[in-house]
Amino acid sequence: MMSQMRLKGLIYKEFLQIWRDPSSLAIAFVLPVFLLLLFGYGVSLDAKQVPIGWVIEKPTSSTQSFSDAFNQSEYFKPVFFTDMQEAKLALQSRKINAIIRLREDFSRQVLKPQPAAIQIIVDGVDANTARLISGYIQSTWSKWMNHQAEQRGTPNHMPVIAEHRIWYNSALLSKDYLIPGLIAVIMTLIGALLTALVFAREWERGTMEALLATPISTKDILLGKLIPYYLLGMGGLMLSISMAVFLFEVPLRGSLWVLLLTGSLFLFVALGMGLLISIVAKNQFVAGQIAIIVTFLPAFIMSGFIFDISSMPAAIQMFTYLIGARYFVAILQTVFLTGNIWAVILPNALALLIMALIFFALAARKAPKRLE
Amino acid sequence: MWANIYALLIKEFLALIKDKKSRFVLIGPPIFQLFVFGYAATFDLNEIPIAIYNEDQSIEARDFISRFTAAPAFTEVLRITQHQQIAKVLDEKQVLAVLHIGQHFSRNLLIAHQPAKVQILVDGRNSNTALIALNYMQSILANFNLDWAEQHHLTLPPAQLHIRSWFNPNLSSRWFIVPGIVGLLTLVVTIIVTALSIAREREQGTFDQLLVTPLTPFQILLGKAIPGFIIGVVEASFIILMAVLWFKIPLLGSLLALYIGIFLFVFAIIGVGLMISSLSVTQQQGLLGGFLFIVPAIILSGFATPIANMPVWVQNFTLLNPLRYFLVIVRGVFLEGFSVENLVNQYWPLVIIGIVTMSCAGWLFRRRMY
Repeated sequence: MMSQMRLKGLIYKEFLQIWRDPSSLAIAFVLPVFLLLLFGYGVSLDAKQVPIGWVIEKPTSSTQSFSDAFNQSEYFKPVFFTDMQEAKLALQSRKINAIIRLREDFSRQVLKPQPAAIQIIVDGVDANTARLISGYIQSTWSKWMNHQAEQRGTPNHMPVIAEHRIWYNSALLSKDYLIPGLIAVIMTLIGALLTALVFAREWERGTMEALLATPISTKDILLGKLIPYYLLGMGGLMLSISMAVFLFEVPLRGSLWVLLLTGSLFLFVALGMGLLISIVAKNQFVAGQIAIIVTFLPAFIMSGFIFDISSMPAAIQMFTYLIGARYFVAILQTVFLTGNIWAVILPNALALLIMALIFFALAARKAPKRLE
Repeated sequence: MWANIYALLIKEFLALIKDKKSRFVLIGPPIFQLFVFGYAATFDLNEIPIAIYNEDQSIEARDFISRFTAAPAFTEVLRITQHQQIAKVLDEKQVLAVLHIGQHFSRNLLIAHQPAKVQILVDGRNSNTALIALNYMQSILANFNLDWAEQHHLTLPPAQLHIRSWFNPNLSSRWFIVPGIVGLLTLVVTIIVTALSIAREREQGTFDQLLVTPLTPFQILLGKAIPGFIIGVVEASFIILMAVLWFKIPLLGSLLALYIGIFLFVFAIIGVGLMISSLSVTQQQGLLGGFLFIVPAIILSGFATPIANMPVWVQNFTLLNPLRYFLVIVRGVFLEGFSVENLVNQYWPLVIIGIVTMSCAGWLFRRRMY
């Protein structure tokens, strides 16, 4: 009874503090909106209207039909050059991303049994974009060949053709895959930013002594810090989910309750990590530095949010198990795009639970019990 | 005057490195992150798990499948025997793709005059991986077709593509990402050093002490800027050394061009850091300000996703981002062999950003002094 009242008092005090320095409120509500807008519009892996340089050494009807096949596609924007030298300069100065060269004997070669060679040079600096562009070029090329075959009335000479189907995101919109994962990145930031400084601040201002002098137990001190920020964080989470669904129109095929439940587990991980940083660092300066380093970049690069974990070297994959965001990203991408697939949700939720417990246990152990 | 600044510099450096944890934060994580991120941040496909559903036990089908399982991009983790299993293995993320070969595959391939059809089902949750995996499978298929046509004296396709890529012949993501990490970590470390520095003095009350010294506001600011500058440049040099020696990224261009870029970049970042620092009253505000700069600066820099894919208004917004220019410089010097004259268009925006942010920091600092 007494301890409940004390806890209430502590929570009230924390809320007053939040209210007086509005940067906590800004973190919980302004930050997610700002970040979602920024990422939602800024991060895209869909290359469209890629400028492609054409060098057609001797224009004929067959070169025309070939280049038309490309220029009708929304992926390419043609830029024409008269010779290779000019095109190479444009590629070097990044005005175009690739060069397609049809030699002067192209129209003759097309009719011969040996295939005509089409020379293509891609700017490989950005390897991923280069790969996407060559993929687009290849599929446009094979469409053109099918079309040619049809026109000549010869049967399709492809021995094997593949029909492909892409599940869960059939239009392959990168926003539908990035925005759910983004919620995990944002929640990592919010959770850690909210709590990273709370204990360090009390130490630095000398109010930790006052807090320790009260009859409040360590558990209550931790809870008193946790509950207000948990509520703020959940507000931020709901805001993020509704922006994803209503503003960015990402389909939510699973249930909202699963998202909120696992989100709240993840929030415990993020807050627990922040509390631990705060307790260990003891001063705000160091706590702030640690928070910058251990939150955003690991969650951005190692969570599977943008870089696929299964493509990483095995040793690095082991490290990703330490990143809480990894589990939440997997849950988010599945619940949004596929549905409630328990085989994905349960193991990841369990991992989040274990991580949260470890962080809290560590925080409770390292939490100040007396002045040194 | 220089003696004063020198004394202040020593004080600032001591403040940064006297605390064991603070010292560690500046040295440990950047090194660790360079190695972990250098390997982790890849768009390349490497042993992507796929499942095979083969209903045709012929030699041709087996030969066809081996083309996929032997590719370094894929590894076969499952054999499926029933149609219902497809949905399960894709749903549960056991595999990224399923290759389905129907009963009539070899019959159509050998006898009938219609193409043999195979089905490729891909998990599109990660749209980028899905697209690249699909492209890869299509090109394996195209090679099979060509070989088959040659062996069986069928009509060859009328034209064939010979694709080469410049500057990065093996299309390795690492060549693109590791030079980017030079910019990323230099940005983070420099902001860490500068963004909280003035707020800390304010909060601890030592700011007033600093003001009653004979130092001018300009000198105080310089004392805050120089340690950040030195740490930023040293950190960048170390990462570049590791990129060349450890990651074996070719450094083709001129070091002079690279270092002009590093100096201007660190200068611009310090301006931003000090601006944040003079604006914030508490360290929490400084930390928030640091994040509010770091996160968009990285997202809108072209580090992971190309600027060309962004909507035009966002692209215009990226013109304010110092990291955007620095990434062009560092990647250009590393991979494309750029020298100073190729990069003038990247240098001058950094100079302008640096001058504007530094003057703002100075102005805010003086205005917020009282």
